[in-house]
Amino acid sequence: MRTISGIGRNGYKTSATSVPTFPETAVGLLRHGPRRQPIPRSIFMKPSAKRIPSLRLIGGATAFATAFSLVACGGGGTSTGGGFDGEVKVGILHSRSGTMAISENTVAEAELMAIDEINKAGGVKVDGKKLKIVPIEEDGASDWPTFAEKAKKLIDQDQVAVVFGGWTSASRKAMLPVFEAKDHFLFYPIQYEGQECSKNIFYSGATPNQQAEPAVSWLLKNKGKDFFLVGSDYVYPRTANTIMKEQLKVEGGNLVGEDYLPLGNTEVAPIIAKIKQALPKGGVIVNTLNGDSNVAFFKQMKAADLTPANGYTIMSFSIAEEEVAAIGPEYLEGTYAAWNFFQSLDTPASKKFTADFKAKYGDKRVTNDPAESAYNMVYLWAKGAEKANSVDDNKVRDALIGVTFDAPQGKIEVQPNHHTTELVMIGEVQKDGMFKIVENKGVLKPIAWNQFVPETKGYTCDWTQDRPDAGKFKM
Amino acid sequence: MNVLLDTLFNGLAIGSVLMLAALGLAVVFGLMGVINMAHGELMMLGAYTTFVVQNLLKNGPLEGLFPVYILLSIPLAFLVSGLAGLLLEKTVIRRLYGRPLETLLATWGVSLILQQFVRSVSSAFFIGLIAAVALGLLAPRLLPAVWWRQRWSPLLGVGSWLGAGAIGIGLAAALGNERSLDQPWFSARNIDVTAPEWLRGSIDVAGVTMPTARLFIIALTLVSLLAVHWFLQKSVWGIRIRAVTQNRPMSSCLGIPTEKVDALTFSVGSGLAGVAGVAVTLLGSVGPNLGGNYIVDCFMVVVLGGVGKLLGTVVAALSIGVLSYILGSGSLLLLWPQMPAGLNETITFFATTSMAKVLVFILIVVFLQFRPAGLFPQKGRMVEA
Repeated sequence: MRTISGIGRNGYKTSATSVPTFPETAVGLLRHGPRRQPIPRSIFMKPSAKRIPSLRLIGGATAFATAFSLVACGGGGTSTGGGFDGEVKVGILHSRSGTMAISENTVAEAELMAIDEINKAGGVKVDGKKLKIVPIEEDGASDWPTFAEKAKKLIDQDQVAVVFGGWTSASRKAMLPVFEAKDHFLFYPIQYEGQECSKNIFYSGATPNQQAEPAVSWLLKNKGKDFFLVGSDYVYPRTANTIMKEQLKVEGGNLVGEDYLPLGNTEVAPIIAKIKQALPKGGVIVNTLNGDSNVAFFKQMKAADLTPANGYTIMSFSIAEEEVAAIGPEYLEGTYAAWNFFQSLDTPASKKFTADFKAKYGDKRVTNDPAESAYNMVYLWAKGAEKANSVDDNKVRDALIGVTFDAPQGKIEVQPNHHTTELVMIGEVQKDGMFKIVENKGVLKPIAWNQFVPETKGYTCDWTQDRPDAGKFKM
Repeated sequence: MNVLLDTLFNGLAIGSVLMLAALGLAVVFGLMGVINMAHGELMMLGAYTTFVVQNLLKNGPLEGLFPVYILLSIPLAFLVSGLAGLLLEKTVIRRLYGRPLETLLATWGVSLILQQFVRSVSSAFFIGLIAAVALGLLAPRLLPAVWWRQRWSPLLGVGSWLGAGAIGIGLAAALGNERSLDQPWFSARNIDVTAPEWLRGSIDVAGVTMPTARLFIIALTLVSLLAVHWFLQKSVWGIRIRAVTQNRPMSSCLGIPTEKVDALTFSVGSGLAGVAGVAVTLLGSVGPNLGGNYIVDCFMVVVLGGVGKLLGTVVAALSIGVLSYILGSGSLLLLWPQMPAGLNETITFFATTSMAKVLVFILIVVFLQFRPAGLFPQKGRMVEA
């Protein structure tokens, strides 16, 4: 018999009859008499491998599994004081496990903090009643179909008034059909690639014209014309880079190369070689990598001497304070990022937000743009509900347009295209892992359909207009 | 010339990481035939050991040793992962020899447990766990010997582990009320392992920039390879391992303690995974999911190289390294600028890192169609068994 993998090569026959089938094993467990040995007495059978130890093992494994699961699930539950006239349920749907958990935990924590604050201040005041916000948490598990499934569950089973959720564009794209089909309500907190304007989604993160485009203009003006684009291989970096390439054409930049890394890949030597070929004397590198790849990218860039000191300007769109701490500030010092909020933003509101967050979740924690934007959207929704005088999702969605909130970054306002105005800043990473704000572009209005990309140029989105194609129509 | 040197160096750099990561698996999978899905998590344990050593030396009386913490972590990581491997072999793997499917599932489960372990381990958790394991292992000695010869003895075995688990949980829960003991050691976040200053730069040799971290990994790979080669070929236990691999019943007859050999082989393979874990902290991120990034590549190298041969692993790792560098960086275009337009476009299309990976996989699959046993198949009667 010829074996391919070599697993069975030590004399153990891999024919069907010799493999213990499941019922056989199960019966063997319960039966008291001597068990028929289903495995031929091969070289793997050892004289001392008796039956009892193997059964002990099974018991042990069960006990361990229980121990792990019990210890892992620490009990929780906070109770706020009484005085409410009712409750309103909201869904919180982020990845609490899997590869995105690192980032999404913070976002979910910021949302819970906002809910706590609103509840402490008396809840949502609707129709003369004080409603307590009750968060219902679900885990999207970094798996996009799971997001869609859990969104259905939150809408149908828990009947929540609104869902706060998502991080990656892939998860949002998976949830979008659910929310549109059920005509329900999603609040999405992360800066994203734009090119979307759903009646059922509100976006409290930046659109490209509130992050990527001003950053590229700033780079062109201050840092150089030769651009190399590096990103993870999925929808956000691909779309963002398409937009940037169009912008470079319009504003006189020069694209010297681009490359994409599969999510989670940590071997960036080929990319570094390409950057060296394309930019031998330095230039601008725009980084839209997400997750673990960033660490590999910056560590290996530094090792290859492609550093700010040698003329390489690196601008990242997915690196905030939390990621800087995880990667290590010494690798990132001198690189740039564009965001709508920095922990170092020197205003009373920003300082209060950071202090509250640290008080609640620990002194070592940092705040960042996604957390701020997640915090904002809970307040925006509460204000929308109070303005609509109802928690009905249709009424709140209509009322939300024009709602303002004094966010940690400053005043923001919900626009007719379901996005919010944002303060746009560019920061430089310092030794301590914080950003020095080097450019403040002021508050910018969101543009959902990109004006650099030929296919969407001239289109706009306005949900205050009563027309069937309000999500995308020619201006 | 420069392009050639560049390609060789970078191919070697990528290949050496693959080789180091796959070396332990070549021992475990190649010599023992155990499909160890937890190999990546053993690497992760090595990486976390590096993190602990770094933090111990960063601020403390031994601060002077900080620049060489990476050297100190290598033996420690070998030890930690090796011990974890030993425990794994003693509790799980040895019951499943000769049952590859069950081994695959069991080690996959172990990998998930290890991932969750580093996420949630705190002092209270750890003490509870140790107590549960110790009680479970000691139960046969603590309970009257006659109990173990009854018809209901199997239930006693299960029961003693359940009891030990319950005591462990109780202890952990009680200690967990103490806030300082309840703090997770690492948490689910990625942790920051910073290379010492001398491993962060690069040196120029003949016009090729060679990052010192890469050179360090190449050297470490070479040393590990030589050590493994020496161990298997020259040392007493290495010879025993090879004897058991070739003919287990005969070795057993001749008085070689095959059980000890199995445990040792598995621990050595796991320890090597730990060393690989130290190396990858220089390149990438360190977090609970670290293992998943490498496990597929490791199996790819071992399967391509041919199970059971270290030379196969070496050649396979280097060829995959060079191939993925050439494809991914588009070096072919530089070597042959006047190539026909059609070919040029094809190569440009595949010259992104993600497409290069796809292409490398396709090439390996095609290759395995012609040489199913890999580059260097083991010859002899055992293969035909």
